[in-house]
Amino acid sequence: MSTAAPTTGRDTAASAPASTNRTGGRRRRPSPLTYLSSLHWTSLLYVAPALAFFGVFVLYPIGISVWYSFYDYDGLTVGTPVGWGNYTAVFTDSQLRAALLHSLVLLFFYAALPVCVGLLLAGAMSRIRVYGLTVFRAVLFLPQILSSVVVAVAWRNLLAEDGPANAVLRAVGLGRFATSWLGDFDTALPSIGVIGSWVEYGLCMVLFLSGIVAIDRSTYEAARLDGAGPVREFFAITLPALRPQISIALILTITFALRNFDLIWNTTRGGPGTTTTVPSLYVYQDAFQNRMLGRASALAIVLTVVILLVVVVVQLALREREGPRRRFTGPRTPARKVHSS
Amino acid sequence: MRIARSESIATHALLVLASVVAVFPLASIVVSSLQGVTGSSSGLSFTAYSTAWTQGRFGSALLSSALVSVTVVVVTVVLAALAGYALATMRVPGGKVIVALLLVGLVLPYEVTVLPLYEMLTGWHLIDTYGALILPQIALSVPLGVLWMRSFFASVPVELLEAARIDGTSRLQSLRLVVLPIAGPAITTLSTVLFLFTWNEFLLALILVPDNPSVQTVPLALSFFSGAARSSDPAVTAAAAVLVALPVLLAYVFLQRRLISGLTEGAVK
Repeated sequence: MSTAAPTTGRDTAASAPASTNRTGGRRRRPSPLTYLSSLHWTSLLYVAPALAFFGVFVLYPIGISVWYSFYDYDGLTVGTPVGWGNYTAVFTDSQLRAALLHSLVLLFFYAALPVCVGLLLAGAMSRIRVYGLTVFRAVLFLPQILSSVVVAVAWRNLLAEDGPANAVLRAVGLGRFATSWLGDFDTALPSIGVIGSWVEYGLCMVLFLSGIVAIDRSTYEAARLDGAGPVREFFAITLPALRPQISIALILTITFALRNFDLIWNTTRGGPGTTTTVPSLYVYQDAFQNRMLGRASALAIVLTVVILLVVVVVQLALREREGPRRRFTGPRTPARKVHSS
Repeated sequence: MRIARSESIATHALLVLASVVAVFPLASIVVSSLQGVTGSSSGLSFTAYSTAWTQGRFGSALLSSALVSVTVVVVTVVLAALAGYALATMRVPGGKVIVALLLVGLVLPYEVTVLPLYEMLTGWHLIDTYGALILPQIALSVPLGVLWMRSFFASVPVELLEAARIDGTSRLQSLRLVVLPIAGPAITTLSTVLFLFTWNEFLLALILVPDNPSVQTVPLALSFFSGAARSSDPAVTAAAAVLVALPVLLAYVFLQRRLISGLTEGAVK
């Protein structure tokens, strides 16, 4: 999705000069007037229905949220403008700060852990011929297709006081650690983290597998001929080649971790106490239970901005360098001279 | 150079372990749902399922989910095909801005739209109706749909469209007669992905149809049911969760290849 729409026609015209030479020259440096007349104004009719839906049910509500976020508003009486008050509350209110902190903890479980596990397994799989790949892929991807409510019910059952997790602990003589995992003040947040890791690791693995399949096998052969071990091979070939997949895995897992309403609502609702609260939970509660519409809106806007920033940062940090795709770079690459010959 | 056989076995063992972990939670609720309600005789029993089915109104919830998901997918695909076609093959005024807005829409947390949506739909007397579920979800599916169809139409050879134009077809005709017939796979994959997202959507249903059980979708029905039954029989709750997961699992058996490629490769694009 890198090329922007209006340039598509121009690009193709440039690359196929034989068929579109007559218009190609004019399009290259259009004056304002010819530029306007070269636009397809009727094309707006095609775009309009989709944009109407998007505008009315997405863009307009966002605008309203921004507007509310500058008011102290309970949804019934007239709101009073408070400037940036709601935003400073987001970062100073101790409950909301705790919720942001919980989000950071969950980021480790939802994003960092699955990506690392996925990379390790993918690195191991890059070295062998995998039998039954299609079946493994389908099974590993399973947690992704289940409704989060089903996931919550399944894990509540698994982690219950008399559930399978504690049964296993008691069976191996670690019964003293058995607890009501989602109901205990100390274990609730990490337990939710584990559920998140479970939902996401399969996705990461499947993403990385699709990247590994695209790596030229001869690169690995060459690296091995040059005496590179498994670790060197992983850092020199597999990791750099997977850059696009890592980028998308991080974006998907981080946005999931930062939103994360469904899973928490259906497991702990933020409890016990406030040990598992997250921002999206407060957005819901402030908007629909506490009638603090201004603060809920400010929090939602902050959440949105943070997610957008993360996406931009991840994409910038992991974008592909100049040069041909999938060619690893760097002076320490052992297989490079073989590869280029 | 060959890799040692032992390494291959070790890696396969890791894969098997990872797969067992992936299915274990689901398998465990299937097992506890079949153990029967407390007090009944031991052995396999489907009492939990019949109890869950009648108490949880899952028949009506499945119908609502099907109706909402099919409507959202069909309308979104039509809107996305039209807009994607224009963005890929014509010089749309403001096209760059439109694409940028849609890209932002891809990662947008719904949380930022729900409160104004609730007030807006209350004003239109649509809260607790199918409209409250369908209209916003079409809009939220539009970014993925349009960008998806746009990247498909951009991959159609220009010569094909040129040839159609020389033959005297209008732009709308070439969409219908030339491009759509070859868009089958792209549209099927998009529909599968959108269907899954809509089927599983929870937050919007929780907020927009809170008090009308007859239009509530399966995730919401399961959430209410398991919340209310938290203190009651775990076998019944487990059975309810299996009932809710079953249609998606069955569809997954047949569509997994398409779904996985749609959710992963589509994202990499």
